[in-house]
Amino acid sequence: MAKFYASTRADDSLVGAGSRGGSRGHGYWRDLDWVLLISGLALTILGSLLVWSASRADLASPTDPQSYLKRHLINVLVAIALGYLASRLNYRWLRAYTPIIYGASFFLLLLPFVPGIGVTVAGARAWIDLPGGLTLQPSEFMKIAVILMMAALLSERKDIETEPSGRDFLMALAAAALPIAVILIQNDTGTVLILGTVAISVIAVAGVRSRWLVALIGGAIFTILLAIQLGLLKEYQVARLTSFISPDQDTGASAYSANQARIAIGGGGWFGTGLFEGPQTQGKFVPVNESDFIFTVSGEEFGFLGSVLLILLLGVLLWRAAMIAWKADDKYGRLVATGVLAWLAFQTFENIGMTLGIMPITGIPLPLVSAGGTSLMAVWIAIGLLQTVRLHEVRAEI
Amino acid sequence: MSERSNLRLIVLGILIFSLFATLVSRLFYLQVMEGDEYRAAAENNSVREVVEPAVRGLILDQAGRPLVSNRTSIVVTINRQELNQQDEKGDVIIKRLAKILGTSPESISERLLPCGTEGAPKPPICWNGSTYQAVPVASDVDPQTALTIMEKRSEFAGVTAKLTAVREYSGPFDVNAAHILGYLGPVTEEQITEQGQSDAYDRLRRTDTIGRSGLENFYDTQLRGKPSVTTLEVDTSGQVTGTVDQKPAVSGDYLVSTIDAKLQSVVEKQLVAAVQRAQGQGYPGDSGAAVVVDVRNGQVLAMASYPTYDPGIWVGGVSQKQYRSLVKSDSLSSNATQGLFAPGSTYKVVSTAAAGKEGYSLYADYQCPRQVKLGTQIFRNYESSAYGRISLTRAIEVSCNTVFYGLADRMWEAAGGNDATRDSADPIADTASMFGFGSPTGIDLPGESAGKVSGRAFKVQNWEAKRDTWCENAITGYPETRKTDPKLADYYTALDKENCADGFRWREGDALNAAIGQGDTTVTPLQMAMAYAAIANGGTVYEPKLVKAIMGADGTVVERMAPTVKSQLDLPKSTISFLQNSLPGVTTDGSGEAPFIGFPLNQIPVASKTGSAQVTGDKVSTSWFASYAPANKPRYAIVMMVAQGGTGSKTSGPSVRKIYEALFGIEGTTVNPNKSVLIGGAPSKALPVIRPDGTPVTPKGKMSGVVTAAGSN
Repeated sequence: MAKFYASTRADDSLVGAGSRGGSRGHGYWRDLDWVLLISGLALTILGSLLVWSASRADLASPTDPQSYLKRHLINVLVAIALGYLASRLNYRWLRAYTPIIYGASFFLLLLPFVPGIGVTVAGARAWIDLPGGLTLQPSEFMKIAVILMMAALLSERKDIETEPSGRDFLMALAAAALPIAVILIQNDTGTVLILGTVAISVIAVAGVRSRWLVALIGGAIFTILLAIQLGLLKEYQVARLTSFISPDQDTGASAYSANQARIAIGGGGWFGTGLFEGPQTQGKFVPVNESDFIFTVSGEEFGFLGSVLLILLLGVLLWRAAMIAWKADDKYGRLVATGVLAWLAFQTFENIGMTLGIMPITGIPLPLVSAGGTSLMAVWIAIGLLQTVRLHEVRAEI
Repeated sequence: MSERSNLRLIVLGILIFSLFATLVSRLFYLQVMEGDEYRAAAENNSVREVVEPAVRGLILDQAGRPLVSNRTSIVVTINRQELNQQDEKGDVIIKRLAKILGTSPESISERLLPCGTEGAPKPPICWNGSTYQAVPVASDVDPQTALTIMEKRSEFAGVTAKLTAVREYSGPFDVNAAHILGYLGPVTEEQITEQGQSDAYDRLRRTDTIGRSGLENFYDTQLRGKPSVTTLEVDTSGQVTGTVDQKPAVSGDYLVSTIDAKLQSVVEKQLVAAVQRAQGQGYPGDSGAAVVVDVRNGQVLAMASYPTYDPGIWVGGVSQKQYRSLVKSDSLSSNATQGLFAPGSTYKVVSTAAAGKEGYSLYADYQCPRQVKLGTQIFRNYESSAYGRISLTRAIEVSCNTVFYGLADRMWEAAGGNDATRDSADPIADTASMFGFGSPTGIDLPGESAGKVSGRAFKVQNWEAKRDTWCENAITGYPETRKTDPKLADYYTALDKENCADGFRWREGDALNAAIGQGDTTVTPLQMAMAYAAIANGGTVYEPKLVKAIMGADGTVVERMAPTVKSQLDLPKSTISFLQNSLPGVTTDGSGEAPFIGFPLNQIPVASKTGSAQVTGDKVSTSWFASYAPANKPRYAIVMMVAQGGTGSKTSGPSVRKIYEALFGIEGTTVNPNKSVLIGGAPSKALPVIRPDGTPVTPKGKMSGVVTAAGSN
């Protein structure tokens, strides 16, 4: 490991931004997964356009319709910078510091409970106030921390052919369950679902015994049903989860969102109304369409073709994540990549699915596209981590 | 990497791929397959319409005088939603409002109840409009009261007083014409449903007021015009972000009626006079009608119904008390077009025509005995007069029933008598249908009655409808009646037994009764007028018309109504001319002579036929006077009737004479067309002139019909 790390540093200092001509060799820029990077950048740019369109009407200051966009662009720059730093992380260092990252993230996750710091948005007490009018959603970073922690725990055995021990399995499960419990208390149902899916995916790919996996999935389903049955889930939480089944009958707030979202998307047709021209978007009929419902802006203003392009870009990104996981030369790398893959995939499906009326409405953003600094930063860090895994595997090929 | 890990990663990949495929196909379904639906929803979502109703078109008489116009009135409305949010659902506010309006709280609250809810009064008192629409509860509120309401917003939450355009029904010469003009009311939920999904800007809206009867109803679309609709783009908070579309109002079209206001006023007064004459003779004289038509084209020049009501009563809504008295007085329906009465002897023209058509000689002499016997039944002449052997003309003049019994009997025998089948000939009924009886005349008014022609077909129809009841009664034998009056029960039972077994049969007695307009035949006075007009014009039954043209508010002619032929009398020319030659004799030497003594019949010969129809039960006979004039050059047909009014000659005749005098400008025995109530002595051929500002040019001076000499407006 140390050797690889050293060579990375050496290459880096030597090569810089260019490539090393036609000769065979390695360098940070050369070995980067460019397809991953470009699809991420394209999604970020597309997202910024959509955020601009959605925020012009009411989020921006009356004198400057671009003010919200400007704030968003600052977030974008910070996020990409963080992603770059993440891609530069020392693999071993990362693994060594995982417990600290996890602990710090968990500490942040508890902050929303502190009065004066915590902020409740749309029923979820999942934000903390920062100076300068900024807010932070610690659960976004927690996703990364959980992935890193689980990957570290489940790859304890150096021999990659060995399946994880029962102890490792339970430890990994606990690493996921603890923040899930906290986030559940914060009423952030969407994030709970995503984290649950991520945890199951990582455990599955870690190669645990099939029995355990089946028990885990069965247990998860049983827990959800039991929670509904015992009324542990509050009424509005159940309503949120079920209103998508028959949105036309329900007249509650989440059904309103679902209907308005579908009107916006359905109205887009093949080619859309054009940027800034969507009546549903510009009239702010769809709630939070700069963030959770950003896909409705794409649906209405870019139409079917533009939105399929958006979905394809997300698909390309996930394809790269899957390939990085596939080619990873060690279990830790594979599990980190798998975690990121599952996270981004299910979050995308849940987010777009809810705007299309096939998934329940939960408050989670569309990766790289929605406004919201924390999410943007977390996803770019995740892309950076994917690059780290990729760089590690490329160099291992020598 | 372990096989298991690889396999699971592949499964995860496939799962993610299928989720994305689901997203794309769902997106395709929403945007491409169902896109149109959502686009429409999006349009509705983000726009608000500001609707200003167009100025409703005026209804003018044939000379250009406004029969219905517009004025503004202060109307007090209540927003029920807002009221319900107040303490005790706004009871205090209603009481307060009732006090300053000088009415009872109940009369206000009863109007707020939606029709069909528990405890709600019947339409039109209950609220028939939309939940979100403000309910008008008082009109013509004085400005001071309105000011009080608008100033004390907190005391009158949900109550608004505003200036609204309402209809003004005070026509010239005090004409009433309520049954012709009709009235307005809020659009009903059914009409909105009936319209279906429409996004036309001139569609019916819940806030619309539409014609509910009369011409206001029949020509509602034309009169209503098109509202000005400004479509504003709004955001979720209702802030206007732009104007999408602006449609200017198109004023409603004007109706040029065939009615002459001055003649209408004369006819209305003469109908009342006839009713009073009936009542003066001690008869109930409870209802009546009078119709004046132009025999050459079917235009209705005047049409009155008794009893009538003040059409202005509907403006701003009618109270339960007012409505109850309206219903009780039976004045809402028009006796001229909706009332059904036995025609009596006026129907003899039909029997005569049938005889002529069947080839019986119209110039032979017939026996006119006092009565004819048919089994146990005796069929008498009026006042049991006998005239011996007389011509058919004379039989018409003196209205000899027994002559027509004889003719009917011969026709009945010829068709097979008692052995006839359902499909056997029925000349009198067929001829009656030809004259337009038994079917609506086609007048441009809603809710016209068709009437019934008694005959073979009717008998069968009636039997099929009532057979079950008759047969059941024949078996049970009226147990209730039997307790008190066994004899009557026996009689009823025997009657029903016969009806049950044999009720479909067109019997001799039926045929005899039908021939003189008795029995089951019922007609409307308008049908009668059109039938006599057809005799007058040589055989054309026109569809009567109340509107001769529709004009734009700018004076352009939108549509001129051409005369419409309903049917041609399929009779030998000789039959029609026989009737034309015989009927004037009724006025000179027959049953119609008395009211026309002193009338210049040598200058204006009048063809007429009286009728005194017996109605089952102990009611007094219906007084009919059907006529047209001048008999030698027919122009107008006049029919008047008074139910339970006595004879045609005594009750209706004198009023018909007065109407002819007004029409032809007769004073004493001199005829002066310049003195006619019609300007120039005849209905105007030209259409009225409408000035660019929308005001019609009305006749000047006395002929304007306006008391204050503002005839030059």
